[in-house]
This record gives sequence, C-alpha cells and structure tokens, in this order.
Amino acid sequence: MSRKTVTVTILLLIALACVLPFVLKSYHTFQATLVLVYAIALLGLNILTGYNGQISLGHGAFYAIGAYCAAILMDQAGLPYWATIPIAAAVCLLVGFLFGLPALRLEGLYLALATFALAVSMPPILKSHLLEKWTGGVQGIVIVKPDPPAFLGAAGIKLNADQWLYFFSLAVAIVLFIVGWNLISGRIGRALVAIRDHHTAAEAMGIHTALYKSLAFGVSAMYTGVAGALGAIAVQFVAPDSFNVFLSITFLVGIVVGGLASLPGALYGALFIQFVPNIADELSKAAPWAVFGVFLIGFVYLMPTGVAGAVRTLRRRLGSGKLFPLSKEEALP
Amino acid sequence: MEAVLFQVLAGLATGGIYASLALALVMIYQATHLVNFAQGEMAMFATYIAWSLINAGFGYWPAFFLTVLIAFVLGVLIERVVIRPVENAPVLAVVVVFIGLLVILNSVAGWIFTYTIKSFPSPFPAAIGIRYMSPHQMGALLVTLVVLALLYVFFRFTPLGLAMRAAAQNPASSRLVGIRVGWMLALGWGLAAAVGAVAGMMVAPIVYLDPNMMAGILLYAFAAALLGGIDSPGGAVVGGLVVGVLENLLGAFVIGNELKLVVALVLIVGVLLVRPSGFFGSVQVSRV
Repeated sequence: MSRKTVTVTILLLIALACVLPFVLKSYHTFQATLVLVYAIALLGLNILTGYNGQISLGHGAFYAIGAYCAAILMDQAGLPYWATIPIAAAVCLLVGFLFGLPALRLEGLYLALATFALAVSMPPILKSHLLEKWTGGVQGIVIVKPDPPAFLGAAGIKLNADQWLYFFSLAVAIVLFIVGWNLISGRIGRALVAIRDHHTAAEAMGIHTALYKSLAFGVSAMYTGVAGALGAIAVQFVAPDSFNVFLSITFLVGIVVGGLASLPGALYGALFIQFVPNIADELSKAAPWAVFGVFLIGFVYLMPTGVAGAVRTLRRRLGSGKLFPLSKEEALP
Repeated sequence: MEAVLFQVLAGLATGGIYASLALALVMIYQATHLVNFAQGEMAMFATYIAWSLINAGFGYWPAFFLTVLIAFVLGVLIERVVIRPVENAPVLAVVVVFIGLLVILNSVAGWIFTYTIKSFPSPFPAAIGIRYMSPHQMGALLVTLVVLALLYVFFRFTPLGLAMRAAAQNPASSRLVGIRVGWMLALGWGLAAAVGAVAGMMVAPIVYLDPNMMAGILLYAFAAALLGGIDSPGGAVVGGLVVGVLENLLGAFVIGNELKLVVALVLIVGVLLVRPSGFFGSVQVSRV
C-alpha cells in the first residue's frame, strides 16, 4: 500500500471514530472509550515486548500506578482530570525507567518472572495500611466523571459526559499513536529492533543497549500509565483487586492476538480484549478466560504475527490479485 | 521467644510446601531450561481432582495416591500435546504458551468447580501435633520430607532416574546411547505435576480451595527456587524452607501480614540482581 492510501485510510478511521459517539448508546460509547484506553496500554506493552523483545508480564502494575495517580490527584489534591494525565505519565516514566534498570540484567524468562512477581504483588501493596491514607485501602477511590468543558457549550456543541470523555481519550490516543509511530519508524525504533534481534551485534554497531533498553521500559510504562489514568477516569473508580495479575495477562493476550511489533495490532488487540469477554461472558463466568487461554496458545501455534500479520498478508494478496498465491500447479517447480 | 519459635516452626511447615512446588519448578527447569508459570495452576487443578474423589466417597489416602497418579498422567499429556510444539520456539512464545495454560486451567477449574471457596480435609491425626505445631503443619512437613527422600532415591539410584538426568544434562549424547530424550522430558513433566499435586493437597487445608489459591504460593516457590539456585533440587528445598521461615517472621514481626507477598517480589528481584545462580546453582557462562 502506498503512503497515500495509508494516510487516507487513517483519516477515514479517525472520521469514523468521530462519528461513533453520536450513533452509539451511552454505554457503548463508554466501551469505545475503553477500547481506546486499552489500545494505548497495548501500544506501550508492544514497544517493550514486541519491538524491544523484553517480556513483561507486569504491565498491569504500571496501569495501576497510572490509575492511582489520576485518582489520588483528583480525589486528594482536587486537580482537574486533564492535569492528572501528564503527571501520571511522568510518574510512570520514572517508575518504568527505574524498574528497567535492574531489568537490564535479566534476560527473557527471568524478566518475565520478575515482572510476573510485580504483577502478583501489586494488589497487596495498594491495599497496605501504610498507603491507606492515599489509596483508600481495599475500598479504593471513587472519582467523579468530568463534565464537558464550558467553552464547548458556549460554542453550541452539546456533548454528554461519556461523549466528551470519548473525544478526550481519542485525542490522547491519536497524539500517543503519532508519537509512537515516530519513535518506532525512526532511528530509535531500528535500534530497539536491533537489540531484540541480536543484542551483541547491536552493541557492536554502537547502540547504547543499556540506555535504550531502560528507556524502552520507561516509555512503555508511560504509555500504559497514561492508559491507566484515562481508564480510571472513564470507570470512575479504582480498587486494588481490579489490578491483579490477570490484568497484566489481559494485556499480553491483547498484544499476542493483535500482533507483536505492530502499531495497528494495538487497536486490534484492544478490540479483542474489550469485546470478546463480553460475548463469552454469556456462556459462563469462567468462559472469557478459557477463550483468552485458547487464543493465546492458538495464536502462538497458528498465527504468530497476530491479526495485524494476517491483515498484512491478506492485503498483499488482494493487491497482487491472488488470494491464494500458491496454487498446486504454481507451487510445483 | 516463644512467639519466634512458633513462627519459625510454622514457617518450616509452609516452607516445606513451597519447597515441593519449587522442586517441581526446578525439575522442569533442569530438563528444559524453562520456568513453568502454570505449575501452580496444575497443582490447584490436581487438588480439585482430589476434592472430587474424596466427595465421591474415596478415603483420603486412596484419593491422595489416585490424584498423584492422575496428575502424573496429565503432566505427561500436557508436555506431549501443548509444550512439545514450542520446544525450540523463542522464549516469548514459550512464556505465552505457559500463561495460556495457566489461564485455561484456572478458568476450567472455575467453570467446573465454581469460584466458591471450599474447605479441604487434613488427614493427620491430632496425635502427631506438638506444642508448637498443629497436626496438619507437622504432617505436611513429614509428607514433604518423604517426597523429597523418594525423589532423591529415584534420581540417585534407579536407571530411569539416571536416564532422566542424563537427558536433561546432555540431550545429544543421551540420544546416542539410546535414551529416548523426548519421553524423558515428558516423564519429567509428569513427575513435576505429581510433586505439585502433593504440594497442592498439603496447602489446601491452610489456604482453602479456590481456583486462585496458588498465585501467591507459586510466587513463593519462584523465590525459593531462585534463592536455592534454579537448577539445584537440594537448593530448592533449602530455599523453600528459608522463604517459609522468612515470610512468617517478617510477616509477624516486621511488615505485617498484608505485605507478605512483597517479600517474595523483593527476594526474586534481589536474588536475580545480586546472585542470579542462587546459593547452590551453577553459574551460567555463555560464549558470545
């Protein structure tokens, strides 16, 4: 696909996204907001795991930190909701960078282990009575859904709170995707991929691997933290048990199904983790997770490039006019 | 002083359980250089099987041994069906498969047995309790020690145990002398699942039976395995006991019970940073 088609497709998608809240019901608008939130989180995890090859099973913890940042700042400091986003981003960038430093010494499996431990121990930390003054302990914090700003009403645009929050999240998501695209498609992105594919060779090429790896951790945590803050504002509630290890696993499902090392993959993954559990839920309370598990293993075996990879292949084949390029006669020499 | 002694002994009892699960992790690590994230859920599932058997009218001990057998078979099956296709895949793919397995076992257990918390019986008579230890703690410790002794004898003195160790240490040469390496790995998975099942049945009376019961315990087992050295079975046992005692003492006297899990996190990250090979593990040197 040429650059022009890509631009047109993206603009069409954004236009579609802008129309969406006017045709959907309030609850569905809320769900669409969550899709955007998850897409941001998955983009963050994908930068780390997909592009840089550092496995994280603990991104739920960074999502929790972002969410609690937003909730505490709104609840205790009385900050407006929009001001909490950059603060949550900064906090998560720092925490991610700091966690990334020891992670430098951990390869593959061991990093997975350490981040898994982080994910499992996050709820007890949030529940701890030492932090109860700020975090509200087991009860969590309830926050108020922000109203659309006054200038919109003055300009004659009437939005309800859900629609406004959707557009706010959409704006944040677009900005973060553009930043992410720039990061990935340039020098830094190539360095990250080089480190993933051959650590020693990357170092020999003059890439400061330690710096890039810990920065990737920081940026990745920042994305996920911003998503956490937006998610907390959308859900209007944070509690320790909503950030358990299964949240981290949900993100893993998202990037594996959506497609590792792919920007649009984050969006496919977000749609998957938002809507598939809803559908499966009608079967049984346990069914969403059974479906997640089967998809995880199934994708590793059958579709390791995820939905994004399948879409790429399909597009290439449609472009060449052959849906099944290797028919029997052609395949034979 | 009495309180400290009480906590140390309680720590040894839970530590024994961590040690068995850590041992299961080490067995799979030795054979495949992989850390099985689904080990805890496999043990949980086996414990549910034991619970169903007991409810179906089996006595405790027949149910116990039947469960160990079923867990063994399931472990072999899992290796053959799920793990084998990704044997030589990149680490990320393997981790994803393990997590998939964890999620499936967890949800299937929730589906079949519901998420309501169930109590699980303890088979030990009141007579074996001592002043500082409840009968179950004492019994669990004894069972753990018996399992460890059996494993030691198996790996040290039987031809099959030797073949399994050989297959883990040097697959290529083992294949040349006629050991079926693939099957040895499957047997290793089966044994690990069986040992995990024992750990699950020993811990269930303490933490109660529910699909999420093993998350914390798996974390302690990770910490134990790493502390002792991830490729050292003896180290796993020592590590398990140390982690159990440490967790109990810190929980009771320093940081409070609610932050106990953080001990595991700090231990895991700390060991990996300071001494990745643990107390007794072999130092990995790789040529680049």
